[in-house]
Amino acid sequence: MADYSWPEADRRALIGSRPARLDGPVKSTGFAKYPSDQNPSGLLAAKILTCPHAHARIVGIDTSAAEALPGVRVVHVIQGEGSEIQWAGDEVAAVAAVTEEVARDAVRAIRVDYEVLAHFVTEEDRDGAPDARAAGERAEGDPDAAFATAHRTVERTLGMPQMAHMCLEPHGQVCSWDGDELEVHASTQAVSTLAGQFATELGIPASQVRIRTEYMGGGFGSKFSPDRWGIVGAELARKAGAPVKLFLERDQEVTVAGSRPSAFARIRAAADEQGRLVAWDSDSWGSGGLPGTGQTPLPYVFSRLPNRRLRHTSVPTNLAGSRAWRAPNHPQACFLTMAVLDDLAHELGLDPIDFLDRNLDLTGRPDTYREQLAIAGEMASWKERWQPRGRTREGAVHRGLGVSVHTWGGRGHSSNCDVTVHPDGAVEARIGSQDIGTGTRTIVAQVLAETFGLELHQVRVSLGDNVYPQSGPSGGSSTVGGVTASTRRAAQDALREVLVHVAPRLEAEPEQLVAAGGRVFVDGEASRGMSWREAAAQIGGAPISVQGRNPGPGRLISSGVGGVQIAEVEVDIETGVVHVERMIAVQDCGLIINRRLAESQVYGGLIMGVGYALYEEWIPDPVTGRLLNADMEFYKLAGLVDVGSLEVHMMTGPGYDERGVIGLGEPPVISPGAAISNAVANAIGVRVPYLPLTPDRVLDALAGRGGPA
Amino acid sequence: MTDDAKRSGLSRRSFLRSGAAGALSGGLAAGLLTGDAAAAAAATDAEAPDTVGPGPVEIELEVNGATRRLAVEPRVTLLDGLRDRLDVTGPKRVCDRGTCGACTVLEDGRPIYACSRLMIESAGRSITTVEGLGSPDAMHDVQQAFVENDAQQCGYCTPGFVVATAALLARHPAPSEREIEAGLGGNLCRCGTYKGIRAVVEGAGGGGVSGG
Repeated sequence: MADYSWPEADRRALIGSRPARLDGPVKSTGFAKYPSDQNPSGLLAAKILTCPHAHARIVGIDTSAAEALPGVRVVHVIQGEGSEIQWAGDEVAAVAAVTEEVARDAVRAIRVDYEVLAHFVTEEDRDGAPDARAAGERAEGDPDAAFATAHRTVERTLGMPQMAHMCLEPHGQVCSWDGDELEVHASTQAVSTLAGQFATELGIPASQVRIRTEYMGGGFGSKFSPDRWGIVGAELARKAGAPVKLFLERDQEVTVAGSRPSAFARIRAAADEQGRLVAWDSDSWGSGGLPGTGQTPLPYVFSRLPNRRLRHTSVPTNLAGSRAWRAPNHPQACFLTMAVLDDLAHELGLDPIDFLDRNLDLTGRPDTYREQLAIAGEMASWKERWQPRGRTREGAVHRGLGVSVHTWGGRGHSSNCDVTVHPDGAVEARIGSQDIGTGTRTIVAQVLAETFGLELHQVRVSLGDNVYPQSGPSGGSSTVGGVTASTRRAAQDALREVLVHVAPRLEAEPEQLVAAGGRVFVDGEASRGMSWREAAAQIGGAPISVQGRNPGPGRLISSGVGGVQIAEVEVDIETGVVHVERMIAVQDCGLIINRRLAESQVYGGLIMGVGYALYEEWIPDPVTGRLLNADMEFYKLAGLVDVGSLEVHMMTGPGYDERGVIGLGEPPVISPGAAISNAVANAIGVRVPYLPLTPDRVLDALAGRGGPA
Repeated sequence: MTDDAKRSGLSRRSFLRSGAAGALSGGLAAGLLTGDAAAAAAATDAEAPDTVGPGPVEIELEVNGATRRLAVEPRVTLLDGLRDRLDVTGPKRVCDRGTCGACTVLEDGRPIYACSRLMIESAGRSITTVEGLGSPDAMHDVQQAFVENDAQQCGYCTPGFVVATAALLARHPAPSEREIEAGLGGNLCRCGTYKGIRAVVEGAGGGGVSGG
């Protein structure tokens, strides 16, 4: 059987190097056409009327005034009389018109009468929730006995609210029909799976649905399905007989198109005199909107903690359902766990890095974490600079250091890639994947070029279209493993076919030949060879085309990574303002294809992490049930000057490379909330129990008011 | 008339009349009817106004060096006019409320939020979008620096950041921290590309990037 493997370290020309992303020039010049930039001839604009009430029944709907407006082409009722609406922002009707302005006029002209019903949107008040339900209880060991004999115990109530994905390109698509064939330019993370979902809803065969996503403006886990607005857009286009563009307005995007579930917990944790964790008891709750939420995996990373009891309560609210948010469940579990462990270290009088280190055998990868903690500590000059809580201050400004560890899987998903070698030497890959900004296009090209011994600009990669072979949705850090493995297998097979044709000319066996530096030659005898172009000409008149798959043979990918982050903050105890001075990330992800893009993922994770640690939260109004900050003014993202100095160390080389490729999108966004919260506790001497660490919460904590979020 | 009014063929007052006629949302009209604009409207009540709107108004403006003539309703923003009417889609609509900067363009060389300007206000003016700074085969130095520093991931904020950075560096070739904050604090990224963007701006002081 053919062998599939990555080249040895000394034979890698491109893998592990730092080429710039291939679509950088089209993006930085504005020439990249995103789905929302598509303006086909005859395009209509669509807008959606949403429900202003968090819970209501529609008792009447009158669209006649909207239909009578000049320029209105189609008015489509999504939820008619009798429908029960469960969250503010839910879609009621849609309009397609000649311009966006007319479509907005028409939406305003639709009259809907509601019977307003009782709602609940504030899940941190678990006791006040009408539909809270037990969602799991389990125990291992004997936590009661362990707590009774423990040396030190801490008890904390902690939490973090729901927050938004806030994709800059809103959810939406442009739908065009040609007879009964539908083409959708969709802002999606799932090019290959969307067609079937559209087809089912629209009653046409999936083979008649074309999905195209050359570029897309961010997903973060929220763009895996056509969504109701996708189906409605297609219906409007079908009825109008014209292409329809339907992208959500910003308030809709924030309200209904993606949120991360909240997580609250009352936690007790205990350690013995040696600083070893001995007991854990957590009573957690949270919400992902109407569906509630499942158990947060606690304790995080230190999952082999011997005596533990977990209870969870799911709290449904009248808010739109949550979606997978970059590293689902992990940032919440990480914050809840690492904050408690940090407080326990303080109770024990231990340096938190020392405390974590003493307990690493309770984790799945103690050696990795130990090495990473040492490197991160070195980068932060932790030994010289860390002091016990509340000891580093200059006037009102207190400084602090905090640490956190995290883990993720990241195994490559199912993927198919067609690689074609043309007789003129042209090499191309076609893959039904998508580049959501992580650099998928570039890393596929690197694998292709590496395999054929070519330069990056000599190969062509086509993706973002479901006419190419199926490749999985980009979620869970599964893309890099999936696409590099399928591409490598196809490329190695295609190259072997070429070498069979070339070998007789070089009077050698195909197995003796290598492709490198733009040539094919006998390994170890560079002069016995020919140019790549000449080699490709040996294949005859027809191109060689091979499909590679993942999963498949050979050790190209694996799963399971660790990471350590350290945050350094300044806290002004008079204003409560936290500023992140510095973030350090030490991360492994197996074999790195592109160092520059890998580092960008980690920097991006740190920056997003600063955002949810300090600024980001959904703020539902208990009175109206609507979000008070469904915009970008009061839903705050971190800005350029908010993120401090960022330093990334990628674990690579022996011990890591041979594991193969592992995903990296999720891991770096997991720890920032915990590390920053711990740094703030170190700075001001008390735990601020809730994220984000807004000035009011910091001042409340300083005043001894732990209070609700 | 002011220079602005001469250029556009619209006086502020006549525009306000059109706003009062109902073409504008209340908030926007109220926002404009403050300060000297309101005073001017009151003081010149006797003059016969040239009312425009609410229907489409013929305007002419320069976009990326080309003269464009079109009819737009007064309520259409410069951003929507560029994207929907002229198919100039580099500037992106993200917050649509003057917060995120993804729609940043240059108006007569000055960076503005295109979402917060009515297109008729830009009549007679010169608009440069990210596409007007350079092309993939002939990138502006700032665009080249964005590529080299990987200052982009999904790329949706990038056009606004590139234009804002070009404007910042044109004014301050080696910007201070305060100037960086003033120049780029009005742009937001979700993927987290600030490390690269900062490298673009700070690298500019070394002579690698020129502004404008």
